[in-house]
Amino acid sequence: MSDTGKTGLYIHWPFCTRICPYCDFNVYKDRGADEAAWEEALRADLEWWAQKAGATLYTSVYFGGGTPSLMAPSLARAVIEAAAPVAGAEITLEANPTDAERERFTDFAAAGVNRLSLGVQSLRDEALAFLGRNHSATETIKVLEFARGAFERLTFDLIYARPGQSLDVWRAELAEALALAKGHLSLYQLTIEPGTAFEKAVARGDWAPADEEMTAAHYDLAQAMCADAGLAPYEVSNNAAPGHEAQHNLLYWRYQDYVGIGPGAHGRVRIDGQLYETVALDKPGEYLAATPEQRFALSPLTGVEQAVEMLSMGLRLSEGISLARYEALAGAPLNDRTLTEMAGDGLVHVEGDRLSLTADGRRVLNAIVASLV
Amino acid sequence: MAIVVWSQAVYTHASMSIIDPSRIRNFSIVAHIDHGKSTLADRLIQVTGGLTDREMQEQVLDNMELERERGITIKAQTVRLKYKAQDGIEYTLNLIDTPGHVDFAYEVNRSLAACEGSLLVVDASQGVEAQTLANVYQAIEVDHEIVPVLNKIDLPAADVERVKEQIEDVIGLDASDAVEISAKTGIGIDKVLEAIVTRLPAPEGELKAPLKAMLVDSWYDSYLGVVVLVRIIDGQLKKGMKIRMMRAGVAYTVDQIGTFNPKRTNAEVLGPGEIGFLTASIKEVADTRVGDTITEERRPADEPLPGFRPAQPVVFCGLFPVDSSEFEDLRDAIGKLRLNDASFEYEMETSAALGFGFRCGFLGLLHLEIIRERIEREFNIDLITTAPSVVYHMHLTDGTMKELHNPADMPDPVKIDHLEEPWIKATILVPDEFLGGVLKLCEDRRGIQQDLTYAGSRAMVVYELPLNEVVFDFYDRLKSITKGYASFDYQIIGYRTDNLVKMQILVNEEPVDALSIIVHRDKAEARGRVMCEKLKELIPRHLFKIPVQAAIGGRVIARETIAAMRKDVTAKCYGGDITRKRKLLEKQKAGKKKMRQFGRVEIPQEAFIKALKMDE
Repeated sequence: MSDTGKTGLYIHWPFCTRICPYCDFNVYKDRGADEAAWEEALRADLEWWAQKAGATLYTSVYFGGGTPSLMAPSLARAVIEAAAPVAGAEITLEANPTDAERERFTDFAAAGVNRLSLGVQSLRDEALAFLGRNHSATETIKVLEFARGAFERLTFDLIYARPGQSLDVWRAELAEALALAKGHLSLYQLTIEPGTAFEKAVARGDWAPADEEMTAAHYDLAQAMCADAGLAPYEVSNNAAPGHEAQHNLLYWRYQDYVGIGPGAHGRVRIDGQLYETVALDKPGEYLAATPEQRFALSPLTGVEQAVEMLSMGLRLSEGISLARYEALAGAPLNDRTLTEMAGDGLVHVEGDRLSLTADGRRVLNAIVASLV
Repeated sequence: MAIVVWSQAVYTHASMSIIDPSRIRNFSIVAHIDHGKSTLADRLIQVTGGLTDREMQEQVLDNMELERERGITIKAQTVRLKYKAQDGIEYTLNLIDTPGHVDFAYEVNRSLAACEGSLLVVDASQGVEAQTLANVYQAIEVDHEIVPVLNKIDLPAADVERVKEQIEDVIGLDASDAVEISAKTGIGIDKVLEAIVTRLPAPEGELKAPLKAMLVDSWYDSYLGVVVLVRIIDGQLKKGMKIRMMRAGVAYTVDQIGTFNPKRTNAEVLGPGEIGFLTASIKEVADTRVGDTITEERRPADEPLPGFRPAQPVVFCGLFPVDSSEFEDLRDAIGKLRLNDASFEYEMETSAALGFGFRCGFLGLLHLEIIRERIEREFNIDLITTAPSVVYHMHLTDGTMKELHNPADMPDPVKIDHLEEPWIKATILVPDEFLGGVLKLCEDRRGIQQDLTYAGSRAMVVYELPLNEVVFDFYDRLKSITKGYASFDYQIIGYRTDNLVKMQILVNEEPVDALSIIVHRDKAEARGRVMCEKLKELIPRHLFKIPVQAAIGGRVIARETIAAMRKDVTAKCYGGDITRKRKLLEKQKAGKKKMRQFGRVEIPQEAFIKALKMDE
């Protein structure tokens, strides 16, 4: 079904034991139903998609959330078996660095998970408290060390540009993180998203987010430190040693196909040559009550829409995009004058068919994409 | 626009007879905003049975949306009330509601001139305020008999005695017989009606004399064409009569005449002292001039009425559609508004920066804002408004003089011998405590003090000022300095030569003609600095740094730099975020339509006006 030979599978597990104040994902505190019901639903989804889009060989599987490590390892195993990904496929699970979850890591690995993504967020207790996390720095480090041994591949997230976080504090924290890393790190700027507790706090004037200069300085520092440590910035917020890049996430950024199941999951699925945007029902109760046919809303994407999506995702990668692919989708090339001006400003780099952003350009990617489309 | 409530379909029986002028009272209501003018008008209409409860719309007289929002009256409106007084006689009371802003001072003056008296409404809990004073002086100027009315006496904070004293001290009116009312609850409305009859003079006029009527106001009605509001001074106005506008020098045949009760009611004849309307297949409001004298073609009056003044736009600016494809829609919108408002002028304008638009002339800044808002709201066209300018007299080296409406049109300075600018005489009434601030404002704006006198705790200052220094934000500044307690009126007194230069603004090294202004040489640097600072705030950061410069000729006198954007990238962007990302881009693209592209720089539409505001 994919035109690039690769198709990913994303499973959204929308439940968390607590809702973090910065998070705007489709998450719920209450689990609401038993795992047998979810297993049945997710299996049915996979069957339905196999019929709808033709037999699919998944090249990667990703359990995201929410907190998918809260699901029973047996449920993960059942889904992986039903999906039947290709041999050697990357199978990632997101988890929080708590002792409770650590106890199940071995079972998840046995179920087929070969890559763990830990929501570390910070290595400082006061920052973890501010971010509403339920793990301490000591516990986090302990879990990290355990996970390094339990999974072939490991990554973890940090959140930077927290209010009041100085460059020195960030430098020290990141240095510790680099020492704990196993080939991959995701570093996210703290952003204030609509509908979150942080949005309300900022609106009340409880605290102010870091300004543009500060976040830029944090970002530049992180890029330099990761590069020094051999973790190349292959994507705006992701750094990896060669060969450790997240294969599943690369699908998104390279604008390849993926099936998304579970409440609120999105997909990009090709049916008879036409690419569709797919959006699953986001309320868990409604999701379980619906048939697979009712769960997914499919809308065809026009060539121009695909071009815009491909561009805005692809320029996140240091490898950039193919100009010919953009032109084929959009029906028209990117504005040459704009590209020349941006190149003159040191923001973009054009070499043959590849358009990529410079380090300066990647910091202002949103504005670049907005000017290009 | 005045015809929202008195609908086309509603007629009552036509009046056949002439009303004895001794049974007519023509009056207006003078009040500070919020002191209850509209509520009182509503109550008078209701009590005299002008409308049934069902027909009664709150504040019938202020029926244009914009007027309601701003709490001001733009067009004069009228209503005829029938009132049977205690003497057993039925009187005809005509209430004229007047515009209330200095931009429309002449229209106010004519509306007041159509009446013999005024009710001065003062909030008994607030007392006399600046605007009251300004308006009441206008009524005194046209020799009105004035009846003080204390409103809101039912409020706990009402202090009737103190406010009466204030009326006597500050305005110099005898307030011992002031009528005490609550327009909201209806207390005292009967006494107001009785006072109108007993204390205001009846109009006088010669029934047998040739027709002489004042054109008080006019507006466009989509069914009737132009409706003209008239006050009969002498003679009779009849259906089918051939009339002549004495100042405009044009003749029409009267189709319909009548009155607003407040529903439009046709009549056969209007006699001396009456206020009513006429229609005469007049196509455009521009063909009617406020203050003109209407007479009979066959038997004309010897002389027109005194006090006529042609409408004279004093503020000019460019109006351009944000979306250049909407130029024709803008032309259409301006044409339609012009049907109903003859006091603004327009001609096509081409700007290198903004494309096609119109250069428009207005009575003042409020007038400008009203027209601009109506175009945006009623016609749904986003506009870029360029720097307001006055009309300069440009004396060229070849000895000729040209009017300059637009700084962008200024020729090469070597061709200009000298420039003259219009000056005004401004009269400002202000409570003592704010006097210092007002004097400073006038001095900062190159004012020359002519007079400073006191009346009670109020000062009256008279300044000569260049109109250029006043058009933009003088009135706003004055209001803010005096917390709204100042009144301000002005008249143009002529042209004077001064050291005036054209200042250009360059954004990213390119001149933006729509931001050019003409400014006094001594003020140029300060002005240029403020404009550059403002633009630095108003123009969002771009991907590259943008120099913003003010220059006279080739010489840069002020400069700011808008730093390049430092960080603008979504931190997390995975499979579930793609749709949101695309929709955001689509939204941003739509938002860009509100920006104008100058070379590589996008300037938000509001920047063109905001860049000129001086925060002092």
